[in-house]
Amino acid sequence: MSILVYTESENGAFKKGALEVTSYAKGIADMLGTTVTAVSINGGDSSELGVYGAEKVLEVKDDKLGNFNAKAYASVIEQAAKQEGAKVVVVSSSSDSKFLAPLLAVYLEAGYATNVVALPESTSPFKVKRTAFTNKAFNSTEISSDVKIVGLSNNAFGLKESSASAAAESFTPSLEDSNFGVQITAIDKATDKVSIADAEIVVSGGRGLKGPENWGMIEELADVLGAATACSKPVSDMGWRPHAEHVGQTGKPVASNLYIAIGVSGAIQHLAGINASKVKVVINNDAEAPFFKAADYGIVGDAFEVVPKLIEKLKEFKSNNA
Amino acid sequence: MKILVCISHVPDTTSKINFTEGDTKFDTNGVQFVINPNDEFGLTRAMWFKEKQGASVDVVNVGGAETEPTLRKALAIGADNAIRINAQATDGFYVARQLAKVAQDGGYDLVIAGRESIDYNGGMVPGMLAAITDVNFVNTCIGIEVEGDTATVVREIDGGKETSTAKLPLVIGGQKGLVAESDLRIPNMRGIMMARKKPLNVIEPIEANQETKAVQFQKPEPKGEVTLVDPDNVDQLIELLHNEAKVI
Repeated sequence: MSILVYTESENGAFKKGALEVTSYAKGIADMLGTTVTAVSINGGDSSELGVYGAEKVLEVKDDKLGNFNAKAYASVIEQAAKQEGAKVVVVSSSSDSKFLAPLLAVYLEAGYATNVVALPESTSPFKVKRTAFTNKAFNSTEISSDVKIVGLSNNAFGLKESSASAAAESFTPSLEDSNFGVQITAIDKATDKVSIADAEIVVSGGRGLKGPENWGMIEELADVLGAATACSKPVSDMGWRPHAEHVGQTGKPVASNLYIAIGVSGAIQHLAGINASKVKVVINNDAEAPFFKAADYGIVGDAFEVVPKLIEKLKEFKSNNA
Repeated sequence: MKILVCISHVPDTTSKINFTEGDTKFDTNGVQFVINPNDEFGLTRAMWFKEKQGASVDVVNVGGAETEPTLRKALAIGADNAIRINAQATDGFYVARQLAKVAQDGGYDLVIAGRESIDYNGGMVPGMLAAITDVNFVNTCIGIEVEGDTATVVREIDGGKETSTAKLPLVIGGQKGLVAESDLRIPNMRGIMMARKKPLNVIEPIEANQETKAVQFQKPEPKGEVTLVDPDNVDQLIELLHNEAKVI
């Protein structure tokens, strides 16, 4: 009864989130005195998962699974979980994992807890801490079903190296045609940009930037930091930036290591959405802006003066620390 | 086309969150409840199908009598019938099993649910409902068109979007993008008057297991004071982020 972890790949390499969920699964395995088995679908080099604690990697190679398909992928993981007799399945909080996990939960009759931020508080009863009320609170959730699915919040656990070495094993699931009822016709993905979900650093702009023409410095700052760009709700509502950049309670959640808010006042809905970020920086000319109460570091000043200076100094810093 | 929209009754986005009974229950005192925003985008898209393609739209919710004003609001926006499953929505799997029964009995072609509720953020009900009823499912849906028995759906993925086609019946987990924020509707007086006469059927829940239970709540630790940096000394900010916070 090993712990099963679904490790996602992109362009033939494991995503950072895959290494994080493996590290986390290893943590649970240690609590339960068992080992970690990973499922990799058309994935990267399995030995990499060993570094983070997987002892066995079930490698699925199938052209039919070239594009993500929630139902088919969930079926693969279901079959792996049954073969391994896994009682705990760990998934990430990527949009694909959040898409397939509820299906998997039904196939395995498993209780599923999402947005989990730490190792289980106890394993009997099985109790995990997760965020709720869009990061305005935490809750302890008890999963009582025989098989349990844990969805780890992005960047909540980090990467932890371990001494395991992974044995790769080929795994050939049976795939029914009925799994492919949803057929992808087009994928439109910016390959040169970091997505908010995968980003360790997010640079966000608000109404204080006065107009879409002023986003050049936001993008430049993000570029220097290798960060994703985001925006507040009013900015996306006014069409200054695409909806996909809207972060907050009704937009995307952010759980980055560093969140830099520029010209964002910090409405309660915005703060809720970004609260899971570890370190928050605010740059705003209004010292009374609510964001200063939520931030770790702040600069009261004109963004149009501060940000270019920050970019220049960060470039120096990066070249000195390269 | 028969559409079912699943509605959660949730605290307004501006609500301050507090707990009672030894931090085991959400404190509803002074809290304004609304249609879950992710559901409201879906409901508004359903209204488009009703007006442009002659679809019928039912709304359903799992909740006690206190959630009825939220269902009435959905009727005032334009839904035809409302169903309230008389049970507390405490576990996603349990809720999905209840909704699955209604979806199956009603023979709906399209079931729209928000990708997650903004209170428990479980984000599992739409997918579970699809799996239990064994129909196609698309999550984080930001666009849907239906022609005959085929839907074309756009899904938000990390860093982009993906378009796919699927035969009805279909379940989608919807969100902002299904319609624009500016398309959301505030019920008018006529809508509110008509909503009073529309059917709101209360049905009892089926026997179903609860697989999870929220046993305790906790508010985040109060935040320490912000460290202010002089705007003429951004080097200090870089130094703090590098040496103290260790994030760059």
